[in-house]
Amino acid sequence: MEVVMCAVVALFYAASIYLMLSRHMIRILLGVSIFGNAVNLTIFTAGRLTEAAPPVLSALTGAEPANPLPQALILTAIVISFSIFAFLLVLGMRAYQTLGTDNVHRMRTAEANSPMPPPMGY
Amino acid sequence: MATFRSRIFPVAVLAGVLLPASALAAGEGELDTTGVMLQSATGASDWLITLPFVIPLIGAALALALRGRIGFQSWVALVSMGLATIAAVAAFAKVLADGPQVMAVGNWLPPFGILIAVDALGALFVLITTLVGLVGLGYARADTDEGSVQYGFFTFYQLMIAGVCGAFSTGDIFNLYVWFEVFLLSSFGLIVMGSTAIQLDGGVKYGLLNLVATTVFLIAVGLLYGLTGTLNMADIGQVLAARPSGPLLTVCALFVLAFAMKAAVFPLHFWLPASYHTPAVIVSALFAGLLTKVGIYSLMRVVVMLFGAEFDHFSALLIVLGTATGVLGALGALAQADLRRMAAFLVVSGIGAMIVGIGFGTVAGLTGTIVYAVHSIIAMTALFVLVGTMEGATGVRTLNDGGGLYTAFPFAAALGLGVILAVAGLPPFSGFWPKFLLVDAAFQRGDALAVLGAAGVLLTAVITTIVLGRAWVLTVLRPAGDVTPPAAASGDEMSGKMGTLALLVMLLLGLGLFPSLVIPAAEVGAEGLLDPVLYTQRVLSVQ
Repeated sequence: MEVVMCAVVALFYAASIYLMLSRHMIRILLGVSIFGNAVNLTIFTAGRLTEAAPPVLSALTGAEPANPLPQALILTAIVISFSIFAFLLVLGMRAYQTLGTDNVHRMRTAEANSPMPPPMGY
Repeated sequence: MATFRSRIFPVAVLAGVLLPASALAAGEGELDTTGVMLQSATGASDWLITLPFVIPLIGAALALALRGRIGFQSWVALVSMGLATIAAVAAFAKVLADGPQVMAVGNWLPPFGILIAVDALGALFVLITTLVGLVGLGYARADTDEGSVQYGFFTFYQLMIAGVCGAFSTGDIFNLYVWFEVFLLSSFGLIVMGSTAIQLDGGVKYGLLNLVATTVFLIAVGLLYGLTGTLNMADIGQVLAARPSGPLLTVCALFVLAFAMKAAVFPLHFWLPASYHTPAVIVSALFAGLLTKVGIYSLMRVVVMLFGAEFDHFSALLIVLGTATGVLGALGALAQADLRRMAAFLVVSGIGAMIVGIGFGTVAGLTGTIVYAVHSIIAMTALFVLVGTMEGATGVRTLNDGGGLYTAFPFAAALGLGVILAVAGLPPFSGFWPKFLLVDAAFQRGDALAVLGAAGVLLTAVITTIVLGRAWVLTVLRPAGDVTPPAAASGDEMSGKMGTLALLVMLLLGLGLFPSLVIPAAEVGAEGLLDPVLYTQRVLSVQ
C-alpha cells in the first residue's frame, strides 16, 4: 500500500511542479493547489498506513487505534493551504484585472525590464 | 422554515455523533493521564514566555473587533506592543538567569503536546522583534491612511509580530510551520494593502514563492515525522543522534532549501527585490527587518541544532552561497537608482554574512550570525524608515531626483548618517561588531573556506559602504533637484517618522557602544545550538 501511495504522491508532485513552472497565473495556482494536496498525502503516508479503528473512539472499544497525529497535521495543513489558495486566487484575479495579463513574464510593473540606471557622476 | 431546517440539520447530526460518544466516554470513568498530561495547572510564571505572542494576538483580535473605531486602532496596537515588549524583556532576563524556559500547552507533556520552549537565542530574537514592532508604530501611525486602518492594518501588524515571536518561541517543529503561516498570511494582507498595480505585481511574486518555500518546509516536516515519529524538537534531536544517517540527508537538504528560500539566499533570493519595495514603507521596513531573519533563525534551530552530522555536509555549500549572496546583493544595490530597491538588495546582501557564519558551524561563527541578525533586524528596519522619511520630506525616490534633505531637515540627515554607518558596518554603530566576530571566527577556523567567507564579509562591507556613501552624497548633501516635495507634510507626521528613526538609531548606537548587551547572550545561544543538552533536558523533564 505504501508503494502505491508513494507512486501517487510522486505523480501529484510531478503534475504540480509542471503546472507551477508555467507562466500563466491560473496554471500556477492549480499547481499550488495540487502541491498542497501532495504534501498532505506525503504526511499521511509518513504516518504509516495501517488497517485500524478510528482513533479516540477505539479507546472505548479496545481495538487497535490508527495514528491520529498525521490526521491532525493534515487537517491543519488543509485549512492553511485552502485559505492561502483562496487568497492567491483573488490576488491573481485582481492582478489580471489591474495589470491586464495573467502571464507572469509580462508582469513587469514592480521590476521594469530596463530600469533607469543610477547617475554616473555627481 | 427551509433556512431553519438547513441550520438545524448539521447541529442535529453533530449532536447525534457527539452525545453518544461523550456518554460512552463518561461511562468509562476518568482516564489515567499520569505521564501524559500535567497533573496540576501550569504555573503562572511559565506563562511569561508565551506573553510576547499572546498579547499581540489578543491585541489583533481587539483591533479587529473595534475596526469601526479608527482612532482606537493604533492605541490598541501601541498598548499591546508595549506590554509584549515588557514581557519579552522579563522573559529574556529570566532565560539569561535561569536557562531555557519551557511551557507545556494544554497540559500535554512532551513529547506528546505542543511545547513552547525559549532558550537564549529565542528570547533574544523575541525581544528585538517586539522592540522593533513597538518602535515601528511611530512611523506606522504617521504614515498609514484611514482606508488602510479600516482594512485592518494594525490587526495585520500585530498578527505579524505575533507570528514572528511565536516562530522564535516554539519547541515543536510542526508548530513552527504554523507560525510561519501566521506571519505569512498577515504579511500577504500587509503587502497588498492599497491594491495599486505595483503592489499586486509584487504581491503575486512574494505570495507564490513564499508559499512554495513554506510548503517545502512542510514536506520536510512530514518526512522527518515519518523517520522519527515525533515532532518535539528536543525529542527529534535525541532520536536523530541515536540513528544512522541514510535518508536524513535528503530531509536535511529539504530544510536547507526551504529556509534558504525564506531567508533569500542566492540563488533563491529573486522574490525579495521583486516585492519588498512595493508596500507601504513601514511594511517594507518590518519585512526587511524580521521576515528573512525567521529563515536564518529556523536554519540555526532546525538544521544546526537537530541535524548535527548531516549539517556538516552543507557547511561548505553555505559558506560559498553566503559569500555569493553578500557580494552579489551589494553589487545589485550598486546598480539600483530606486532607493527602496537599493535597500531591498542590501537586505539580501546582509543575509550573506549570516549564512557564512552558519556555514562556519562553530560557536564563534554562530555567535557572529546571531549578533548580525540582531543588528540587521534593527538596521534594515531603520534603512527603510530612512528612505521613507526622506521620501516624505523631500520627494526624492531615486538617486536621479536630486537631494536636499540636509537643507530641509538637518536632524533627519544626521540620523540618516547614523543608519548608513550602521548598515555599512562602521563603528561606533552596531554593524561593526558582528563583522568583527565573523572575521574572528574565520581566523579561528583557519581553512581556505573560512578565508573565502571572511573575504566575502569584508568585500560586502566595502561595496555596501560605496553604495550608501553614494546615496548619501546624491540624496542628502546635494542641493534639491526639480522634484517637488509632497504636499506639505504636517509637523505631526514628520515627528512621528523622525521619532521612529531616532529611536532605531539610538538602538543601533547603544548596541555599538555596549556590544556586551548582546554578545554574551548570543554566545550562550550559539553554545545551546551546538550542544543542546540543557535545552533537551529542560524540555524532556517537564512534569
